[in-house]
Amino acid sequence: MMLDLLAGLGRPIRTFAENVGFATLTLFELLGASAKLWRRPRLVIEQIHFIGNYSLLIIAVSGLFVGMVLGLQGYYTLNKYGSEQALGLLVALSLTRELGPVVTALLFAGRAGTSLTAEIGLMKAGEQLSAMEMMAVNPVERVLAPRFWAGVIAMPALASIFSAVGVLGGYLIGVQLIGVDEGAFWSQMQAGVDIWQDIANGAIKSVVFGIAVTFVALYQGYRAQATPEDVARATTRTVVISSLSVWWLDFMLTALMFNK
Amino acid sequence: MPNLVEIRDLHFKYGEFPILSGLRMDFPRGKVVAVMGGSGSGKTTILRLIGGQIRPQTGSVSVDGQAVHTLETKALYALRRKMGMLFQHGALFTDLTVFENVAFPLREHTDLPEELIHDLVLMKLHAVGLRNAAQLKPAEVSGGMARRVALARAIALDPELIMYDEPFAGLDPISKGVTANLIRILNDALGSTSILVSHDVAESLMIADYVYFLSQGKIVAEGTPAEIQESSDPFVKQFVHAEADGPVPFHYPGKSLAEDLGLENRP
Repeated sequence: MMLDLLAGLGRPIRTFAENVGFATLTLFELLGASAKLWRRPRLVIEQIHFIGNYSLLIIAVSGLFVGMVLGLQGYYTLNKYGSEQALGLLVALSLTRELGPVVTALLFAGRAGTSLTAEIGLMKAGEQLSAMEMMAVNPVERVLAPRFWAGVIAMPALASIFSAVGVLGGYLIGVQLIGVDEGAFWSQMQAGVDIWQDIANGAIKSVVFGIAVTFVALYQGYRAQATPEDVARATTRTVVISSLSVWWLDFMLTALMFNK
Repeated sequence: MPNLVEIRDLHFKYGEFPILSGLRMDFPRGKVVAVMGGSGSGKTTILRLIGGQIRPQTGSVSVDGQAVHTLETKALYALRRKMGMLFQHGALFTDLTVFENVAFPLREHTDLPEELIHDLVLMKLHAVGLRNAAQLKPAEVSGGMARRVALARAIALDPELIMYDEPFAGLDPISKGVTANLIRILNDALGSTSILVSHDVAESLMIADYVYFLSQGKIVAEGTPAEIQESSDPFVKQFVHAEADGPVPFHYPGKSLAEDLGLENRP
């Protein structure tokens, strides 16, 4: 009875430790295999097209609406203090520092992450990865590594697009609809947004989120059992784990970057 | 060395569940050797052991004189370049065309110019009768055609050893005959050695030079197709003549029907 209880407690800990171990090994194997991609950049470019291009529409539309909402909410709040001239600054800082990288990463996990997990999981279920191994082609090098770097490269690009479109959304609502002074909107933004402190830190965040989300998605697909049920479960795990990772990493990075 | 593949005193378990016990098998160069047996008898596991995808607990598997289970990744991958494998369902890359599937190993392992790859791929597809299907996607071809595309891909690098995992499963009689003939013809034309894992009796006995019969992870009979057809071994007889009951029971082992229905104590 007591032994069963102890075993029941120990099993999830052992499973967790095993998963962390496998994930670490896979990450090292993936990074080790990445060097050879320099000789075949086409593999990464194809995946950037697949991962990045297909996420573009949802990212742009979401960015537009987030920017429009920021414009509205920001105006209501700033107007109370007579500071609506700072609306451009508020929209730009919110987007570049936080909302751009975070919301893009969450959308990326839902759009591209799930697609990566399902693709790798189904390749495994269809014995395509085994076939590659038997053709003396390492699937980590040929399948996982190009997708990983494509995700890492695509994420900051998508986050930049999200922020840029968001600023336009804020401009449409704040300047064109509500009537905030256009000169003040842009000049406050230009004066208050720092390229290193705000834009570069936001870009660093999105690179880190890109690493986390893409790796989680690939790992879940690669470790999935070759059954439809487990591929479905792996896809769900991708969204849950990568979303929680993004929130946790965002908190840590914000604490490190903006601590003055 | 007359044998390309040799298996000696091989034992393999998944966890605590024994799959193969004390196997000794020879696969001579240039021959087609069939490994036959029912589902779950461990046939596919033998192919995975030969390909180095799994390692035995005891015993040895050697290919071309190299002990597969002792090789490091780099040496194993070098050895696999001498092998081709046809998976049960083809395992074609669904995002690539038929042409690109066959070109895949050539692109991965050679620096041949594109014109030569083009010609080689068309020749391989011509050999399996699918040159005109080169631009189709795997989803656009039938199961039998997909198997032939996978065969063309498996022979793309002219391997010394070709392994077939249930090549006839799920095929119509015409496709079965076509695939069986292709296996024999390609083996002889390329001078390769073929290992055919199957439970299709007629096709396997038609093209094999030698046959191993496997049951519950052990070899229960072996010989030429003629010897197998004449065999008086109860398992072989049941299998070859497709008898419903025999050494392989119809019912999954466990409690009796009376026990399950609670009738065992009734007078």
